[in-house]
Amino acid sequence: MNEAALLAKKVTAKDYASDQEVRWCPGCGDYAIVRAVQRTLAELDAPMDETVFVSGIGCASRFPYYMATYGFHTIHGRAPAIASGLKLAKPDLDVWVISGDGDALSIGGNHLMHLLRRNVDLQFLLFNNEIYGLTKGQASPTSRVGTRSPSTPLGSVDRPISATQFALGAGARFVARGVDTDQKRLPDILKRAHAHKGTSFVEIYQNCIVYNDGVFGTFTDKPVADDSQLRLAHGEPMIFGKERDKGIRLDTDTLSLEVVTIGENGVTEDDILVHDETNRTVATLLAAMEPPTLPVALGVLYCDPALSYEAAVRDQMTAARQSGKAADLNALLRSGHTWTVEG
Amino acid sequence: MLERVIQEQPRHEVESVVVRFAGDSGDGVQITGSQFSDTTAFAGNDLATFPDFPAEIRAPTGTTYGVSAYQINFGARKILTSGDAPDVLVALNPAALKVNVAELQTGGLIIVDEATFGARDLKKAGYETNPLEDGTLDAYRLLPIDISVRTLEAVKEFGLTKKEALRSKNMWTLGLVYWLYDRDRRSSIDWLRQKFGKRPEIADANIAALNAGHAFGETNELSEVGPGYKVPPAAIAPGLYRSVTGAQALAWGLVAGARLSDLELFFGSYPITPASSILHTLAGLKAFGVVTFQAEDEIAAVCSAIGASYGGALGVTSSSGPGIALKGEALGLAVAVELPLIVVNSQRAGPSTGLPTKTEQSDLYQAVYGRNGDSPMAVLAARSPSDCFETAIEAARLATKYMTPVMLLTDGYVANASEPWLIPDFNDYEPFPVSFYTDAEDFHPFQRDPETLARVWATPGTPGLAHRIGGLERDYDSGNVSYDADNHQRMTDVRADKIAGIADDIPQQTVELGNDSGRIVVVGWGSTYGPIERAVTNMRADGLDVSHVHLRHIWPLPRNLGDLLRRFDRVLVPEMNTGQLLTVLRSEYLIDAEGLNKVTGKPFKIAEIEAAVRTRLED
Repeated sequence: MNEAALLAKKVTAKDYASDQEVRWCPGCGDYAIVRAVQRTLAELDAPMDETVFVSGIGCASRFPYYMATYGFHTIHGRAPAIASGLKLAKPDLDVWVISGDGDALSIGGNHLMHLLRRNVDLQFLLFNNEIYGLTKGQASPTSRVGTRSPSTPLGSVDRPISATQFALGAGARFVARGVDTDQKRLPDILKRAHAHKGTSFVEIYQNCIVYNDGVFGTFTDKPVADDSQLRLAHGEPMIFGKERDKGIRLDTDTLSLEVVTIGENGVTEDDILVHDETNRTVATLLAAMEPPTLPVALGVLYCDPALSYEAAVRDQMTAARQSGKAADLNALLRSGHTWTVEG
Repeated sequence: MLERVIQEQPRHEVESVVVRFAGDSGDGVQITGSQFSDTTAFAGNDLATFPDFPAEIRAPTGTTYGVSAYQINFGARKILTSGDAPDVLVALNPAALKVNVAELQTGGLIIVDEATFGARDLKKAGYETNPLEDGTLDAYRLLPIDISVRTLEAVKEFGLTKKEALRSKNMWTLGLVYWLYDRDRRSSIDWLRQKFGKRPEIADANIAALNAGHAFGETNELSEVGPGYKVPPAAIAPGLYRSVTGAQALAWGLVAGARLSDLELFFGSYPITPASSILHTLAGLKAFGVVTFQAEDEIAAVCSAIGASYGGALGVTSSSGPGIALKGEALGLAVAVELPLIVVNSQRAGPSTGLPTKTEQSDLYQAVYGRNGDSPMAVLAARSPSDCFETAIEAARLATKYMTPVMLLTDGYVANASEPWLIPDFNDYEPFPVSFYTDAEDFHPFQRDPETLARVWATPGTPGLAHRIGGLERDYDSGNVSYDADNHQRMTDVRADKIAGIADDIPQQTVELGNDSGRIVVVGWGSTYGPIERAVTNMRADGLDVSHVHLRHIWPLPRNLGDLLRRFDRVLVPEMNTGQLLTVLRSEYLIDAEGLNKVTGKPFKIAEIEAAVRTRLED
């Protein structure tokens, strides 16, 4: 192939895979996610040398080793802090943080909160499998009450935290949700996350085949998926179901969401809530929806961009450079009171 | 007529004086002290100061735990410490007297604000009887003045509230002390005009109070002090000087280090006493390309700095002992991935929260040994406020040249104290520009410089060098994750060898004072420099065979240190801890070094070091 042909050659998902052997358990949902991310990068034609994956500790955090981009596998829970420093130092880099439910919401919960409120421009992917995998199956902060595990033999008694509600509460400007095996929609969600300036928070339901197999089956299994998933699209009515006859209506008396059937009890399409992804209040209600009474909301729940953190920091530095005197170190050392001792 | 005769008497000339200003934390004692320092520096004296303030921001007024103090030692000779025992104590309330009087020299002068010695004030300070009247101060020269009333009189024309007017009390007192030592008021007047530029009536009132205090000394026959004192200028190296605190010099040193290495400075920090002032100083230097990041916690602070270094900046984090403990795991990461990082520890008294505003040197073990796994890093210590500038530059040089974290130890005393500084010319410093790695051929991220053993620094964004690093052990020859046992041995060895090799790149240890062999050597590090140097100077003047060695490089130690120390019969190591450098020296060199240890939250006194040395020489 000549040079022009090489240049013209479209990058493929495979080009984003590193030469390292993938060491997740066979059947792990992480395989599907890494595939989706590689596909997304290929479709975006993302420059390999400008892309960085930063992770903490846990099964998900091995992710950077499998990417042919730059990568930094750091310490438990701290990836948001390391990524923040990296973005402040090199704002032009395209940074992805890969985390799990324990990494992001337990040991690293504080960092995630501050990453979101600051709105550092990066993509934060939280692989939620509701269990600690790498340490062999203990209950995690997203495990449901009653989860039996080596550390909770009688069932866990702690109530789980909702990742998306946490993110919205912390001030996230972009919150989305996807499913590991949903190769059709996950890359689209990732592309939206990538396009958003600021912290893009994406929760991905990820099946742990060894310690928590099928935990999301009530809404991800094929036979039930259509009736238990609400796939959001901005400006579209919130209609779902195999027959596309169910919808979400806002009960204005209780300020809560309810499922209604179009054509029943006088309900028409006009009664169905239209998704406005800039509406934080409705996003919070969507994030809280749970089966069996309500479907699980997937897609972009909330997107309302604001100035990103590193841009604000750089703006201040630029202003300081322009307004102040020249950054002369000798002048700085001689600023304020000085005196001369004669020889 | 009598007045004039007194004024014409010549002032008593003294070589050096220690003055301690003390009062309630709301009395403006720190401002009074620093104004007196500045003026004293302009007058050509050498000086050293010790600000000592309570942990409480505003403790209940009049209580002993709300007392703030500022001590200054100034003189016509080289001044190395803030002074053992004050000659003069200025106490603006009974609590300040109570807390500080025990340290005053016998025969020392006490100036008190008599107006604050009412029954209620005395009770708040814990006095049962009035010390101004009960004879307990007979060993001192007592000068009670109704400072509050005189201040109110001096400022009454400016129409301030009583509360506002009384805030000028410190300036009245400063005026009196200016008279006492024949100091020029001009720089304080200029400073007041600038500080209160937006409220000229406050500036005027303070200046009036300052002048009134001065006039009081000039026009009253104060038998306790006679015609006042004169402290002639010291023989100081000629040049342009300024007053500098350790925190200031350190912040500027970091900026200088970044410039010399041709990197952007990134400073990630979480507020903690006594380290926060470094963050404050750097936050004001955005025009110098300094990025400051007030993180959500200590861990995020160090991690952000590591992230910045990964991106090609000079990553720096700063804290005090408890915060450094929180950073421990991340420091291990920086050791493992071999990225440059400067970690400043402004040590304070511990353990746990300990005494946050009091000084100590008890984090040396933490610096040298305090991480999981074998994770060596370079450790430096600054000896004085101005030395922070040089030490910060050295930290930047080592961190970037050896791709390693460097711990820089200062302490609460060095951070807050100020001293005159012969301002260096930045152009005199040798640059050490970093060159990032860009060669894609046969690249892997852990290929090393055969001489320094430093790995290459390839930053994200470099074409063709995409690679992965992390905390998992990595293969020596490829940088990929490796669980191989022999490889771990090899990597552990190379990390240790790299840090040990720094010893070839630092100056041989010199002797500060005295011979390079003899009967006894006093070995110090950090802020014990002043008292050791003065004590050894005094004893050598008496003909004693004693030397002073002071370490900047704590880890690795200078190559010749063991041989040097073995040439002395005895090795004495004064430290404000229970013997940490002592342990290191004993274990590294198998020498019978002895400790001189104290942890009272205050620097060593010269007399304490002298006594310890003299006892040993008499053995």
